[in-house]
Amino acid sequence: MTGGVAPLSAAWAPVVALVLLAGAVVAAALDGALHSVPAGRAGRARPGRRRTVTGAVARLLRQRRRVPVAADVMLWRIGVAALPVAALLMAAVLPLGRWTLVDWSVGIVWFNAVDVAVWAAVWLAGWGPNSAHALIGGYRFLAQALAYELPLMFALTAPAVAAGTLRVGGVVQAQQGLWFVVWMPVAFVVFCLGVAGFSVWGPLSAPAGADIAGGVLAEASGVDRLIVLAGRYLLLTAGSGFAAALFLGGGAGPLLPDWLWMAVKALAVLCALVVLRRRLPVLRPDRFLEAGWLVLVPATLLQLLVVSVVVVAR
Amino acid sequence: MGVLSTVAFWVLAAAAVAFGALVFRVDSMARATYCLAASFVAVAVVLLLFRQDYLGVVTALMMVMEMAIMAVYMVMFMGMNPALMPMSMVHGRRTALALSAGLFIVLTAGILLVPWPSRRDAPVADVTHALGESIMGHKMLVMLTVSPVLFATIVAALVLALPRGRYDRFGDDLRRRPPADPQPGGVGR
Repeated sequence: MTGGVAPLSAAWAPVVALVLLAGAVVAAALDGALHSVPAGRAGRARPGRRRTVTGAVARLLRQRRRVPVAADVMLWRIGVAALPVAALLMAAVLPLGRWTLVDWSVGIVWFNAVDVAVWAAVWLAGWGPNSAHALIGGYRFLAQALAYELPLMFALTAPAVAAGTLRVGGVVQAQQGLWFVVWMPVAFVVFCLGVAGFSVWGPLSAPAGADIAGGVLAEASGVDRLIVLAGRYLLLTAGSGFAAALFLGGGAGPLLPDWLWMAVKALAVLCALVVLRRRLPVLRPDRFLEAGWLVLVPATLLQLLVVSVVVVAR
Repeated sequence: MGVLSTVAFWVLAAAAVAFGALVFRVDSMARATYCLAASFVAVAVVLLLFRQDYLGVVTALMMVMEMAIMAVYMVMFMGMNPALMPMSMVHGRRTALALSAGLFIVLTAGILLVPWPSRRDAPVADVTHALGESIMGHKMLVMLTVSPVLFATIVAALVLALPRGRYDRFGDDLRRRPPADPQPGGVGR
């Protein structure tokens, strides 16, 4: 009863971490490349403002860490470190082609629990530095989380109901005939929005917004900043992997091996999220709260109703 | 239980108690809140040791979420905002100590005195389902009644407490357009 995926031994954990890191580097490189291309005028690159991943990493590693007065350093560090750890914990139950690190019977609930742990992480990263801008960023994240989390939960429920299992491998296998994105598009879109939410990304990046001097990033410098930024990209990558597994059929596809299809699909979602970041405006958390509860919650509930009726009738 | 899970159980139990005690030792609201969260997560992992995977993960999910929100309310509502400064989490030391000691004795006595049934045969495959059956199975009607009543109570309390209900926004005859709303929403109502 492994649902078509074989569990790997724990010795493979570093490999899974490296795969996740590779995805994050690709996303960061793409974002850096897009930065030098102004939106709408693709022909005219911004001179002298090319940003490379290695350059940014080297700069942050050399930079000295600043710690504001009376900062709660312990909570701050816990919050910062929890972001990449959360991404790794998500990746642990993600089937990469025919292999998965842990083929857990409650994989989807686990994913959900870890993305809720990001609430604590971002709030602590905002609280820790004892800085007004960072604190506002932390509160913005929680306000936003209250709006995206419930729709995200219902969006996660839809594939689980359709597959009749909470095992991620089982959900992948249930899509042999038809990808879930085809008959649950609303859940897919809301799921991707949720991924942007817990990665503090694109339209939901107000907690790290420029209007509050970088919010939760305002005081993070040096290696702390590097870990937070890397954590965001890692979460984005893990979330894209889950989007591929839950809605795009995981490793299913012709000719190519399973792991390659999985990588292609996850990268496609990841690149779409990175590109859309520069195409969509940042939503105001207070506005998004109402939209989340009045539009997204009913929409995902209707989607869930459709899925449930189909499952019962089938 | 094997040796490893016995050790894990005692370590987790000690961690849960230690973090619970730390709630009253630390001097910051944020630390107290997240100590409580850590205590709950330790309990959730104990549930995993019982093979109650679903309940364990859901407990961790709910408790971390709850504590994240609780931190907001603690910082918001604690009088004169001591939340942002060092403060003690202990109030009414003597009463609290007496109450918690009494409760501890009652609960421990309960655990030790209840004639727990011994296992009759091998556990079923789906222990979560079995637990749900044995707790709620024959009281399903009560459960089905209680949950909508609870939900209606929450909604009613919110409606009564809401500072910007529809009469405040749309006027007494509900005809004011656009509504007088100090905080515009996102869907243009």
